[in-house]
Amino acid sequence: MMNRTLSRKLLGSMCGISNPRLSFAQSAVNTVQREKELIKSRELEKDEPRPLYMDFQATTPMDPRVLDAMLPYQVNYYGNPHSRTHAYGWESESAMEKARKQVADLIGADPREIVFTSGATESNNMSIKGVARFYKAKKKHIVTTQTEHKCVLDSCRIMEAEGFDVTYLPVKNNGLIDLKQLEETIRPDTSLVSIMTVNNEIGVKQPIKEIGNSYYQHHSLNVYLRIFISSISIMFLISGHLCRSKNVFFHTDAAQAVGKIPINVNDWKVDLMSISGHKLYGPKGIGALYLRRRPRIRIEPLQSGGGQERGLRSGTVPTPLAVGLGAACEIAQQELEYDHKHVTVLANRLVQKIMAAIPDVVLNGDPDQRYPGCVNLSFAYVEGESLLMALKDVALSSGSACTSASLEPSYVLRAIGTDEDLAHSSIRFGIGRFTTEDEVDYTVEKCVQQVKRLREMSPLWEMVQEGIDIKSIKWTQH
Amino acid sequence: MPTSSDTRWQCFMRNSTQREKNYTELNMASCSRTQVISLYRMLVKESKKFSSYNYRTYALRRVKDGFRENLHVDNPKTLDMLINQARENLAVIKRQVSIGHLYSAQRTVVEKEPHL
Repeated sequence: MMNRTLSRKLLGSMCGISNPRLSFAQSAVNTVQREKELIKSRELEKDEPRPLYMDFQATTPMDPRVLDAMLPYQVNYYGNPHSRTHAYGWESESAMEKARKQVADLIGADPREIVFTSGATESNNMSIKGVARFYKAKKKHIVTTQTEHKCVLDSCRIMEAEGFDVTYLPVKNNGLIDLKQLEETIRPDTSLVSIMTVNNEIGVKQPIKEIGNSYYQHHSLNVYLRIFISSISIMFLISGHLCRSKNVFFHTDAAQAVGKIPINVNDWKVDLMSISGHKLYGPKGIGALYLRRRPRIRIEPLQSGGGQERGLRSGTVPTPLAVGLGAACEIAQQELEYDHKHVTVLANRLVQKIMAAIPDVVLNGDPDQRYPGCVNLSFAYVEGESLLMALKDVALSSGSACTSASLEPSYVLRAIGTDEDLAHSSIRFGIGRFTTEDEVDYTVEKCVQQVKRLREMSPLWEMVQEGIDIKSIKWTQH
Repeated sequence: MPTSSDTRWQCFMRNSTQREKNYTELNMASCSRTQVISLYRMLVKESKKFSSYNYRTYALRRVKDGFRENLHVDNPKTLDMLINQARENLAVIKRQVSIGHLYSAQRTVVEKEPHL
């Protein structure tokens, strides 16, 4: 155990030295070489109690009200919403349109601006590839951050291969991006800026409203001059912002944020937004993409076919799933404040209890600008994987589900500048609508107990207790 | 200076359940008061039948908090709307409880006694 820990740390630090500037897209995706099953998967025994679910960022259980809304469309009202000639089609279509309105109401949009997709990954792919390819004649630059979700980073990597220039903005130590740096990075040939609203690993909330709005005052003169000059064209330049004044489109991956924090696409001046169904207590396999109509965003469709969803995403819209997404959005809108209060109370309880009981625990990400339900803690001198194995009664994860199979620590933690050893020992606690106080207390108790036990066994901890500074040790190889 | 009716009232308040105390507001019409109390009781009774720990605890907590926050509603239209919503939610809970029973799974680690 000790040798494995030491050798892993050596390997980790060596990797850090040899590949410091590997493009983040590549390192995030390049997990094939390092894949290793450390926690053996097994089915639960017949009478074995189920673990507590504390991984709400990976997925969420479906709300019973959502399932109730979906079932009639699975059982009796099974028509294809695009059939125009009979009642099965008409009732299915009206349910789909009702769901579209429910989704639009949650984010403050018009129903015509919502396109149903198969999830946030497809929405992200559509936005990045679609916008980049449509405007590729004149615009060749894309801006994104280093802490984005893998689907965004991978799409950008594909765009690089197609000949686009991609800038991956670094983040500060608290996980937020620097607005000045963003403004400097935007070039005349930038077509898209993509920044996620709430990070799925550390829970940090980016200043999307500031990015959209803050340049309005600076550039409003430019905007009005252009209205005056181009008075012939009927452009609705009601609001301008940094991106729009320079004709740059603003995309945000709001999969973790929708239904959890108040969103208004007009206040925030976003042009494209990805929504995921199974992150807001809805069904898996459905998502939505918000595409602004005024001023119109054009994208090149990824999926060709019969022209459904205004030609942007052909294919039958799965009515039961769409109805489920709509119901989930409506419930989220009603319950937003209540859930937020509940999650904040529980998250504070979790963090304070753990930090009071054991020393050397670090909360990753900005403590204020965050969504409280995603708590990423690093326990120093403890291996993340062994802590997860010890906490087998609680369903947790270290880092995101996409990267959990690989040996490497999460690229998000590396981007915020966490030390290699702290990055290896991070655990993400997810708290949601259905979490109870008892669950949080149980998790805290088990976590504290296991961390203490693992630290007792760790030689590094012994050395720290004796007062030796770990960083000053020169490790030799035999 | 407490009158005898006040002491009888206090005795009644002490003896009734916490929830009922909140509803025996003198300015509420007595038929809606009993309606609301019976709706609340039925919602709680049905919510306790959920086989999933998370759904059960959420339903109980949400019903309690929902009734508590609408405690001082006077407007009869809003009251009607809330009562209808409560009835719909009761129907949803009943259906989902039976689905949960059809596809039940093992208990979670925090559940202490066996669920009924």
